[in-house]
Amino acid sequence: MASFGQSVRVGIFLGTRQLRRANRSTTVLIISIMTFTFLNLVVVSGILVGLIVGGNIANRNQYTGDVIATTLSGKGAIDHSQDFIATLAHDPQVTAYTARFLGGGTIEANYKTRTDFANKANSVGAQLAGVDPTQEDNFSHISNYVVEGKFLDPTESGYIVLGSDILDRYSASFGQGFDSLKNVYPGDTVKVTVGTNTREFIVKGIVKSKVGQVSLRSFISNADFIQLSGRTDLDVNEIAVEHNATITDDQMKARLVADGFDKNAQIQTATEAIPDFLTQIKTAFSLLGNLIGAIGIVVGSITIFIVVFINAVTRKKFIGILKGIGVSPLAIQVSYLLQSLFYGLSGSLLGSLILYGLLVPAFNAHPLNFPFSDGILVADVPTTIVRIIILLIVTLIAGYIPARMIIKKNTLDSILGR
Amino acid sequence: MITASNITKTFKNGSVETQVLKGIDLTIAQGEFVAIMGKSGAGKSTLLYQLGLLDHPTTGEIIIDGTNTTSLSHADRTTFRLNELGYIFQDYALLPELTAIENVMVPLLMQGKSDEEARAISLASLDRIGLAHKENNLPNQLSGGEQQRVSIARAVAHNPKILFADEPTANLDSESGDAVLAIFKDLHDKGQTIVMVTHEPEYTVHCNRIITIADGKASE
Repeated sequence: MASFGQSVRVGIFLGTRQLRRANRSTTVLIISIMTFTFLNLVVVSGILVGLIVGGNIANRNQYTGDVIATTLSGKGAIDHSQDFIATLAHDPQVTAYTARFLGGGTIEANYKTRTDFANKANSVGAQLAGVDPTQEDNFSHISNYVVEGKFLDPTESGYIVLGSDILDRYSASFGQGFDSLKNVYPGDTVKVTVGTNTREFIVKGIVKSKVGQVSLRSFISNADFIQLSGRTDLDVNEIAVEHNATITDDQMKARLVADGFDKNAQIQTATEAIPDFLTQIKTAFSLLGNLIGAIGIVVGSITIFIVVFINAVTRKKFIGILKGIGVSPLAIQVSYLLQSLFYGLSGSLLGSLILYGLLVPAFNAHPLNFPFSDGILVADVPTTIVRIIILLIVTLIAGYIPARMIIKKNTLDSILGR
Repeated sequence: MITASNITKTFKNGSVETQVLKGIDLTIAQGEFVAIMGKSGAGKSTLLYQLGLLDHPTTGEIIIDGTNTTSLSHADRTTFRLNELGYIFQDYALLPELTAIENVMVPLLMQGKSDEEARAISLASLDRIGLAHKENNLPNQLSGGEQQRVSIARAVAHNPKILFADEPTANLDSESGDAVLAIFKDLHDKGQTIVMVTHEPEYTVHCNRIITIADGKASE
């Protein structure tokens, strides 16, 4: 009986020649199908996950930074904030940080021209953020998201930048039940009330972002916030920190905790600060993507099955002849498996080239504009390798079954085409 | 060399049974060139397939060179065909995507010979039938006669004990048919045992014996 090695060798001999001398158009067609199957498997789930990941990245860049310290439950602010800030200022691994005062207030517009006092005032409840304009912009590049007017100037006082989501013309899609300001534009004066203190501000700009903590807040300078809120201490409510690449988020957090800052603030990495529901949506989208990808795999494997089956059926006579002259069934199977492997591998490699050479850079440069995030294409290499392996296994099975079906037929029947 | 005893072959098509071979006994000695003749549908090819182990007889026993082939497993029959037998089919049966030399190499590679060894033997085999210069031609680049000669080169390259030929000249013009027969005569002269099915009496002139099949029975 022929050894396993001899059969494999002859199988490779036959398979490579069948591939080399196959019809070029058919080969291109099959590889194209496998390429699209691969892309379907990777890209669909990659976009779905990318919707959430894109949102998480924006959240990190514009709001949390790599590590964020927030006010402990039951406290009004982060105690000894200035010690925290001083530590960050002298840490060589911290590349940027911003400290934010936060407080609830009311913003009223068009009150000078209001004539109908029977109806509700043009006002809205809003979260006010007192920031150092230079520090905040260095950290989050918030000025890039100002869609009307400008961001705060550190040398000026009495100006406010409104989040777009509190304006009627930007948040109409929220529907009724959410208050919003109407007809407010840069240069208009608005009345801001915090507690019992009220002060007029000139609208400097409108900031619009897909990060809720940016577009729902209204920004004023630290000094204006302290004056308006009447807070006498310098304890802030939020400190967002960005570090360099020499340490991880977890290491940065661990250092801050080791310094004892967790006694006065809740310290979280950017990942920990992601709301649970977003993590769950990411998992759900990933599952959905895998389901859609699985359908793609089934379609791809059926294609390979049909291709190999037709190939094997039309070559039934030659398979019979090979068996007749003493070529082992294993050798013939190997020749067909080799062809399936070639199609699967070619499709995966071509798909990977398109994915990493074209699609991922294109999505990074031009993210999909979804209402709640800028969707990118997430295709990490380990996941892609796993999918290539899955595709190859399925392709091999799809190639093996029809080849086996034909090989099991009676040798003489195959030779005589019966 | 070949001893066939009480060979019968019955084909079933639904409830219809057709007995093509009805108890054939024959012996073929080593070095003989035997022709099997008969009318169309007489069962001569069917007999050849049984003797060449391409099919299982319904009943009976075939002993080749001391081996009772009817008791061999499927895998052992394949190996037996590979090592001991050679085949030539009416329609040449070359693999279309393999060149002439690659077609000849396949059984040799299957026997475990190295690429170089298989190539050298195949080239020598093609040279014997005068086609060494067309070693790299694909079958569709060869004439019918040339394809049949390549098929002969493949059948004899591994020095089989018995060469089975199923109407090897049926698809050829008389010139190509004569060339094929000349090769058979040359092989026979060198001691090759040949069993050939043909319905053309003029191609039996070199044969030692002619077995005629009629009504499922063999006679000489």
